[in-house]
Amino acid sequence: MTLDPGLPSEWARLHKLSPLLRSSRAVVALGSVVGTRQLMPGQHSNAWFDLGAVGLAAIAGTISWLVTRWRIHNGELQIETGWIRRESLRVPLTRLQAVDVVRPLLARMLGLAEVRIVVAGQGSGRTRLAYLTEDHAADVRARLLALAHGLEGDTPEPAERPVLSVAAGRIVRANLLAPGPLVLVAIVVGALALLAVNPTAGAALGGSAIALAVALALGLARKIGAEWDFTIAEAPDGLRLKAGLLQTRAETIPYGRAQAVRWVEPLLWRGPKWVRLEIDVARRRDRDRAEREAGASTRALLPVGSAEEAGWLLSRVLPGASVTPPPGSQVPRRAGWRAPLMRHNLHAWHDDAYMVCVTGRLRRCVVVVPLAKMQSVRWTQGPVSRALGLATVHADTAGHRFPGSAPCRDAAEAAQWMQLVPDLARDARQRAVKR
Amino acid sequence: MQPDVPSPPDVTWLHPSPRMWSARQAVLLLTTAVLLLVLGLSFGLTAGTTAALVSVGCVLAAATTVWLVLRGRYRAWGYAERADDLLVRRGVLVRRLSVVPYGRMQFVDVTAGPVDRVFRLSTVQLHTAAAATDARIPGLSADEAQRLRDRLAALGESRAAGL
Repeated sequence: MTLDPGLPSEWARLHKLSPLLRSSRAVVALGSVVGTRQLMPGQHSNAWFDLGAVGLAAIAGTISWLVTRWRIHNGELQIETGWIRRESLRVPLTRLQAVDVVRPLLARMLGLAEVRIVVAGQGSGRTRLAYLTEDHAADVRARLLALAHGLEGDTPEPAERPVLSVAAGRIVRANLLAPGPLVLVAIVVGALALLAVNPTAGAALGGSAIALAVALALGLARKIGAEWDFTIAEAPDGLRLKAGLLQTRAETIPYGRAQAVRWVEPLLWRGPKWVRLEIDVARRRDRDRAEREAGASTRALLPVGSAEEAGWLLSRVLPGASVTPPPGSQVPRRAGWRAPLMRHNLHAWHDDAYMVCVTGRLRRCVVVVPLAKMQSVRWTQGPVSRALGLATVHADTAGHRFPGSAPCRDAAEAAQWMQLVPDLARDARQRAVKR
Repeated sequence: MQPDVPSPPDVTWLHPSPRMWSARQAVLLLTTAVLLLVLGLSFGLTAGTTAALVSVGCVLAAATTVWLVLRGRYRAWGYAERADDLLVRRGVLVRRLSVVPYGRMQFVDVTAGPVDRVFRLSTVQLHTAAAATDARIPGLSADEAQRLRDRLAALGESRAAGL
């Protein structure tokens, strides 16, 4: 049944090799425990017990596969899983925020892939189909997106047009031009210097320095691996982002689902004039660690690129948005008392479609919030701001990664915004509904 | 003393029930009485009358400060229903004003703690898809809370917008 193309309207199982992959992690962990115990001298363990544990993990994986089934019914994706505690997930496809195809290394070797369905709200970590064959996963993604856009389920996958890719060399250089690697170099140099001056102290501290350096290097390698071979393709149903060296990940972000976009200019990237573009969709912060790591590493719309590339991409996601501050958008001079280091970067402005806030001391960040997506507007004023005649305006969105806050505005201007922005947001919402 | 939040001109602010102020004062009074009794007795029995009087004086001074702060906070609470959105304002030291469009509402919550129940009060909270949205109105009489909840729910349904 899994060989049927497209979406099953009757209950179907996942791919036959799924239990192997899903329990592989447990098996590897158990295997390493068994291995070390066998190697340890003097500790005689019961080999049958260890084998039994591995077998149990495999059986549990198989049972989990046997009781998991899914189908598309009444415009909903339905997933039923669990043996002792049955779980039944119903995802209305019109509520779909994004669809990811993730391929971990082991799955890639077997030609399998996992489909993750991102919806607004909690528990999006569980709405996943793991695993399907790669072709089937691509097909399922296309059909889910077609259904989400209100088209027929068997609409052929729209052709995608690759528009932008980031060269591997630039990814590596960009990741090296970050605080982490500098700290790494500092640690190595410091350890060597200490070793030359005072060998005993150097040797004592060397161990922890090496451990720290290894941890930093591993983190760096993982980040480079996650951003490796980054390509963006444009399709009628949204932007496709693909990246990854060992584990590849393909995301589709449907148009009009961006809650906010952030444009980041780190201090060390000012030389090569690079920027990073990040996107926020409506998705709760996940408790699942793997999901959080993956989400943190790939929610970049563009991990590194020139200002022109980023500007072009921004205009695709939020048409008409600009990140260049218009004259008069800077905070008043007296805001320097409240934010002495940040003042020169603090800008904010709005038009009838977007509210844009610039913040950051060393790392300049521009957050663009479409007014049509704004959930509420808040005004706050602390005692220092009140004495200086300043106030902060916040634009709350359903995204959870970066807040849209315009700090230290002139109080009169902030008051004017509080009257204007809710009405502009209402009009923007109505325009979005009509379209 | 009205906090100077930027209030649109055509807005009539509604305020929490005066019973909320009674409830706050009752809790404060009870806490002060217990503290006075415990501290006054223990100091009086172990360290003499002077220590007991000093401790009583400190407690009374602290209670007065808290009373002033609570009164300011109680007076700062306000909410207003406009055609398309709900305004909520609060705070003395840090002043806040939230504007929440009805169409963005996900659900309305009405809660009442043990003290609130004694004084027949409820808290109405409006939730949107944004975690940062801050639209909580405490100290409403049960009737007003019910009216507000029903009205917000009806308005939210008629003006609902997708994410």
